[in-house]
Amino acid sequence: MQAYNNSADEIIKKSSIDETDKEMYRSAYKMTIENLDFWYGNNKVLHDVSLNIEENKVTALIGPSGCGKSTFLRTLNRMNDTIPGTRINGIIKLDDINIYTGIKDVSQIRTRVGMVFQKSNPFPKSIYDNVAYGLKVNGIKDKNLIAELVEESLIQAALWDEVKDNLDHSAYMLSGGQQQRLCIARALAIRPEVILMDEPASALDPISTSKIEDLIGILKKKYTIIIVTHNMQQAARVSDYTAFFFQGDLVEFGATKEIFTRPQKKKTEDYITGRFG
Amino acid sequence: MNMKELKFKQKSRLWEFLGEKFIAVNAFVALIAIILIFIFIFKEAVPIFTDPEIREEVTLGKMVFKQEFYEGRDAKWSWQPNSEVPKYSLFALFIGTLKAAIIAMLFAIPLGIGAAIYSSEFAGKRMREIIKPVIELLAGIPSVVLGFFALIVLATFLQNLFGLTFRLNALNAGIALGIAIIPIIFTVAEDAMTSVPRSLREAATALGANQWQVSLTVVLPAALPGLSAGVVLGFGRAIGETMIVLLASGNAAIISANFVDSVRTFSATIAAELAEVVFGSGHYSVLFFIGSLLFVFTFIINFSGDMLLTRIKSRFQGKMN
Repeated sequence: MQAYNNSADEIIKKSSIDETDKEMYRSAYKMTIENLDFWYGNNKVLHDVSLNIEENKVTALIGPSGCGKSTFLRTLNRMNDTIPGTRINGIIKLDDINIYTGIKDVSQIRTRVGMVFQKSNPFPKSIYDNVAYGLKVNGIKDKNLIAELVEESLIQAALWDEVKDNLDHSAYMLSGGQQQRLCIARALAIRPEVILMDEPASALDPISTSKIEDLIGILKKKYTIIIVTHNMQQAARVSDYTAFFFQGDLVEFGATKEIFTRPQKKKTEDYITGRFG
Repeated sequence: MNMKELKFKQKSRLWEFLGEKFIAVNAFVALIAIILIFIFIFKEAVPIFTDPEIREEVTLGKMVFKQEFYEGRDAKWSWQPNSEVPKYSLFALFIGTLKAAIIAMLFAIPLGIGAAIYSSEFAGKRMREIIKPVIELLAGIPSVVLGFFALIVLATFLQNLFGLTFRLNALNAGIALGIAIIPIIFTVAEDAMTSVPRSLREAATALGANQWQVSLTVVLPAALPGLSAGVVLGFGRAIGETMIVLLASGNAAIISANFVDSVRTFSATIAAELAEVVFGSGHYSVLFFIGSLLFVFTFIINFSGDMLLTRIKSRFQGKMN
């Protein structure tokens, strides 16, 4: 985090721009998180997390189980709202909108910040209806448009060739890896700007995993991706930035290359080299 | 390091074998009981097809088709087994059974499933802990009490409300039946809906669906097998339930499309007449034939419920092959 903020500050200093321009620079991030605290009941699980997410990059969140990385991810599209007894403090912005106070309807955020879950969770519907679901619940009625977006999303998720003849079949007929790519296609269909991925490949075999990783590399050209992963190699392979969480604190944040080759903090180094976790 | 030797116990093949046979027997007892009951009941109805003396009085054709009972009068369907000329037309009873059951289902399906949706999707934890046991308690009310309630209270209320000619009618019986069926549909549907995995709700929520959309477009279709099982069970009860219709329906075998006419159902007919019938008479056999019919109906309902479910499922949940 230190390293990253320093470089950002340096750029600002070098161009000697004033405070308002500094604001503009800040808002160039896709998402900004400031002083985020989070509680489950009385149990505080995130402490003062501040982090900027750059557009069209992959940001990986790593850390041992229970470090708060998934909780953090789920604050970014307000999924934690669905869990009773949770409380949040701090600011999360998508572009310039505060996603907790600056919107009327929470679905406004969820259509812009999509999510892919750890275990593939297709609906018990046909393949087509799975992908079309997000469009339909958000009021898209034009059948041709829906068909177009379904096809495009399945192509983007590298699943089209495998399912194009069986769109009316149940999604449960697909293999585990295909189901997860279907879930990615489903998330893509509503054209989000940010995609959150919560260990998207942890339940998959190595071949399916590498397909998902290749996909992430392609998708980042169009989308901003934030991915939680337990797999250190995966973080190193797919991400541009890495954030290391430990016991609810953001220990270190920076370019993935930096984090993996020259971590600033002892904790990060210990974790990455496998001394704990 | 000195490893301690572990002595694992050999599993007994004999006990495994006996255990398996024992539970198999348990399963077959239920099956055999059903078959035997059906055989016994149908056996008593067989004379309709074989005994020449009884066939003069009643045949399958006489039970199904219109009959010219008195010379010169119009042919009609009539259920008057104790008349000088016994009339055994089952059509009026069939219509009566169907009318009461349909009203019961129209009343119970929306209420039962609505309550299930509320309890599983919208109610808070505490509210749910009140609603669920209370509705399930409804299932514990003896049907004679419900019938009595319909006979005394509900009938008067409905008569005043709609200005009806007959106090006891299909509507009255149907609503009372519905009250008996609600907990059946509710319990099965609620269980099916609460067991829809959280991950599916989360997936829909993350796509911008609100709570209503999650319930109606994800949970409800996913719980479809459970919902249909509840409805089929409820319909079976509506066809077979006896005490409520006996007390609340008026027991007049009238053929009409009017839902506020009195009706006589199959089950109530058996209950009302079997105690006084001459053993081995045509009437006796007909009552057992009605019993067999109820069996067959329940079977058909279950079977067609399954068929319907398969079709609806492939429509809502995608093809499985």
